Amino acid sequence: MKYHYYPGCSLEGTAREYDQSTRALLTALEVELADIENWTCCGASAAEATSELLAMALPARNLALAEHQADSMDVLVPCSACYLNLKTVAEKMQSDAPLAARIHAALGEEGLHLKGRLRVRHLLDVLATDLGPAAIRARAARPLVGLRIAPYYGCQCLRPYADFDDPEMPTSMEPLIRAAGAEVFPWKMGGRCCGASHMSTQREVGIALVAGILEAARGADAVVTVCPMCQMNLEAFQGLVGRTAGKDLHISVLYLPQLIGLALGLDAATLGLDLNLAFHGEVKRKIAAADGAGPAGGSRDESPAHGRRITAVEEAC
Amino acid sequence: MNAPTGNRATVASPQVNDDLVSVRKMVQSCIQCGTCTGSCPNAFAMDLTPRQLWRRVLLDQREAVFQSRTFMLCSACYLCTLRCPRGLPLTEAMHALKQAASREKLERYRPVTAFYRHFIESVRRHGRVNELEFMTYYFAEMKNPMLPLRYSGLGLRLVAKGKLPLRWPLRRTQPLEALFRKVAELEEAR
Repeated sequence: MKYHYYPGCSLEGTAREYDQSTRALLTALEVELADIENWTCCGASAAEATSELLAMALPARNLALAEHQADSMDVLVPCSACYLNLKTVAEKMQSDAPLAARIHAALGEEGLHLKGRLRVRHLLDVLATDLGPAAIRARAARPLVGLRIAPYYGCQCLRPYADFDDPEMPTSMEPLIRAAGAEVFPWKMGGRCCGASHMSTQREVGIALVAGILEAARGADAVVTVCPMCQMNLEAFQGLVGRTAGKDLHISVLYLPQLIGLALGLDAATLGLDLNLAFHGEVKRKIAAADGAGPAGGSRDESPAHGRRITAVEEAC
Repeated sequence: MNAPTGNRATVASPQVNDDLVSVRKMVQSCIQCGTCTGSCPNAFAMDLTPRQLWRRVLLDQREAVFQSRTFMLCSACYLCTLRCPRGLPLTEAMHALKQAASREKLERYRPVTAFYRHFIESVRRHGRVNELEFMTYYFAEMKNPMLPLRYSGLGLRLVAKGKLPLRWPLRRTQPLEALFRKVAELEEAR
């Protein structure tokens, strides 16, 4: 299996661990990634608030570069905002001829041409649909027994294009979490908005939205995300949001490939777990304990390798 | 009608009126059912509910539209677009209003539009966004000494994790200048 890979700006900086863990997990699952050479920003949520055509031209440029490299592979995107921007262009190229003509005119300036035939896929779609829970279960050397995980999908991998999941009541992460040996924490906030850039531009509104999600997640061991903006909103403001709400809202927040990677026995450093802003001791201990229980849930493994893994997990934050 | 005051427009200009025409087309067949309002995660903070905003767009009440903070509070969750029984592109209509406010430099929206503008200018210069650079320019424009403090805690944590490189980017490593210029030219021609 091979895909074009579009990391996007966040995955080079504030979400480096999402990039690291995505690459590590997909390598372990024998998936090959071909980075789009000279990729540039997709416009994030800034272009669509500035200029309609720019919001199309920026993602179109990246799809054109990918097509130029190879036009037979799907484009895999881990960031939900990048995914939606790239996917919107792919859809509009087929459905909106006048807009497609203007996109062509803009790209022509760089000597690029976009046929618009590539399929844009979110990482979660690829994990849930192309690989599936069986591929994970088969390789789960360290099932995360006893861990209750709240799956958080956010918005833009689900809507407006209901490509691989129910856009109102998403469930695509659940079989993957179970395949990793963990339990799914039942909640209804998985597809609720985290406020996106409100935390930067209109903070009091962002705080209210994040508070609702973190409060609902109480009782879970960790929240798992598939978007760098959701991740940042849920992990970075827990103290502030908790003080505003008058409650302790601290909870571990991991990227989905970090969680699955742990179950596959990949080490914490490879998965970038030292880079998370909210990865708390209790969960680390549970993961280490699950490791000790072993795949069959039997007696504790006292080998030096096991000891090193526990230390690595416990020291990872 | 109010006239623009000072060098920054505070109310709708003729260009903004044109923008409202395109938004009106998008919501033309709105039946005022309020599904958008009931679905919106940000409705609690809005002065006009989404339904009320579309009504004002349809009635051509441009001052009411461009004095409301409603469209700037859209976080693009697409629930209204998903659920609208008329199938209207409501999130896109919110974007179109943001674009108009940005293009017209409407003063009351500047804390938000300036953030996006400096973000996108950083992309123009470097191809990819540079947080340190765009936030520095954003703070400089906003001239609010308290504003950087709001970000300092998170900024320091990100620096400590090595996620926010403290180097000023080199110019023209991967300029998107030509693409941006062509896009502006095409938008102007419309």
